[in-house]
Amino acid sequence: MNLAAKDIRHNFGRFILTAIGIGLLLMIVLGMSGIYRGMIDDALVVVDRIGADLWVVQRGTRGPFAEISRVPANLEHRLRAVPGVASSRAFVSHNVQREHRGRPLRMNVHGLAWPEDQGEWVRLVAGRPLGQAHYEMIADASLGLALGDQLSLGKDSYTVVGVSRGMVSSAGDGIAFFTLQDALSIQFDLPGEALRLERAARVERGSGLEATLEQPRLLERGAGLSSGIPALGPPMVSAVVVRVFQGADPAAVAATIATWPDVSVYTRAGQEQLLVYGMIDKARRQIGLFRVLLVIISTIIMSLILYTLTLDKIHDIALLKLIGARNTMIVGLILQQALLLGALGFGLAWLIGGWVFPRFPRRVLVTADDLQALALVVVAISVFASLLGIWKAMRVEPNKVLS
Amino acid sequence: MTPSGPHPHALEAVNLTKIYGAGNTEVVAMKDASLRLERGEVIALLGPSGAGKSTFLTSVGLINPPTSGSIIIGGVTIMDGPRPLVDLRAFRRRHLGFVFQKANLIPFLNAAENVAVALQVNDTPPADARRRAMELLDYLGVADRANNLPEELSGGQQQRVAVARALANQPNLILADEPTAALDRHRGRQVMELFRKVAHERGSAVMVVTHDHRSLDVFDRTYKMEDGRLMPTDATPAS
Repeated sequence: MNLAAKDIRHNFGRFILTAIGIGLLLMIVLGMSGIYRGMIDDALVVVDRIGADLWVVQRGTRGPFAEISRVPANLEHRLRAVPGVASSRAFVSHNVQREHRGRPLRMNVHGLAWPEDQGEWVRLVAGRPLGQAHYEMIADASLGLALGDQLSLGKDSYTVVGVSRGMVSSAGDGIAFFTLQDALSIQFDLPGEALRLERAARVERGSGLEATLEQPRLLERGAGLSSGIPALGPPMVSAVVVRVFQGADPAAVAATIATWPDVSVYTRAGQEQLLVYGMIDKARRQIGLFRVLLVIISTIIMSLILYTLTLDKIHDIALLKLIGARNTMIVGLILQQALLLGALGFGLAWLIGGWVFPRFPRRVLVTADDLQALALVVVAISVFASLLGIWKAMRVEPNKVLS
Repeated sequence: MTPSGPHPHALEAVNLTKIYGAGNTEVVAMKDASLRLERGEVIALLGPSGAGKSTFLTSVGLINPPTSGSIIIGGVTIMDGPRPLVDLRAFRRRHLGFVFQKANLIPFLNAAENVAVALQVNDTPPADARRRAMELLDYLGVADRANNLPEELSGGQQQRVAVARALANQPNLILADEPTAALDRHRGRQVMELFRKVAHERGSAVMVVTHDHRSLDVFDRTYKMEDGRLMPTDATPAS
């Protein structure tokens, strides 16, 4: 006869309600763990999937994800000359916030080095990679855009040709992928009047110079497109990503590039470290500590629940002692209920979490490892929580039956 | 330790004394109480509240050790002074049965399970425990309520189940503390007669602490306690 099962059947409603309460508590623990994992995964998704071995950024900065980095777009050509470098391409990343269908739309704009990079590495759930040099985009599902949607950014309109899932920035904003040229156009878009004023200012600055007096065509060029003025240099990008030949040592290639005085270089692991231990470090640690706190609170609450359940049975336990029941039977009664309560709570946490978490604004990533870890934690909590009840039960004298 | 074979004396209590507290707060609840109870005998222990009846019963029931004196059950010395000479819980499990004013049934077990649990704590296999529990419930006239929870039984039925539980392991000694206090006269009489039947038919010795003087005719002997002293009812208290 299993006394724990008999007791549960007799007090089934109360047991289920208690299990639901514990399940909701464990769901929050699981959710915190999922937010923690999701935050790290979101932060690393581009670095992991873009397939770059090295990130070359503005000297002294920590890369395009940590802070503003500006390097000339033609740096990619210089990098291709370094021994061991198989390919290099420019990378642009910046945030924009616009109105779309009456709602604020905040996105992280990534520029792909078309045509070498069309976004095949992006996690697409619908549509296709970029198919032309301009006016197409891949949008993450979290942005709420669908295939075929048109989005006006700057002076141009872009069509959604692909929808990705799980491609978000470390801040949780959905990523939109454009060709590099389009991404730069979006980044440096200026109103017509601003352009006209800039050109007029250039003409004004140059009009008194000896060079423009001797060569009037220079002044005419100053009144034209910025890209037509060699002195202004190429456009700036956020970084250049480098892939080394198979068998080549990325660290050795990085050491060569690091000798250049105008850039800094990071390996993929270095960039990941910067993201995890730099950019999201405080949020990560805060959630980590909160998770530990929740486990402690869960242990205390479960202990109190199990202690109360034991107190309710103290007379029965005294009777069992009176008729000679061994301690193992009494410990089994308490421990089995604790473990069953924990197991049921864990199952409910998993079920309810599976329904609730996808509705969270940020990704909640529950991994198999985290589920296993939580299962072990629940077993530990259940055993630890039942100790208080067992301690109380062991102290009960059989003559308590008489009172 | 187990009593070897049937011993004529189910219980021998020798000069049991129980003192609570010490110094100014010392209370002598029981003083040199001695009693010999034969197998198959049913006796009543009478006395006013606070006389020490329950102290005597719980002492010989091995749940409230005496301060001094000896307790011998089935020929085995269990207590010599306050220290037990055997594992008391294991001894209770095999050789003692208890019935109280309240039936004290476990609320989440049905009648049959309440009896079977006493057998299972004594390592009886579940199927045998169930069969024997049904036999006992049948013997006590409540077999038809075997699957009912305690809350679904009347007070008399509950007390019969409690008696069945006390009988489950065929104990040498059954101790009952005011078992009819919560029952009406008719049902109280039935329970007392049940004890007599159990004692005479099964050979267990039964000691019943009671205030109920209307059923004294069912007992083989009666004792009384006054101010912690135990004596036959026809004796005069020593000064």
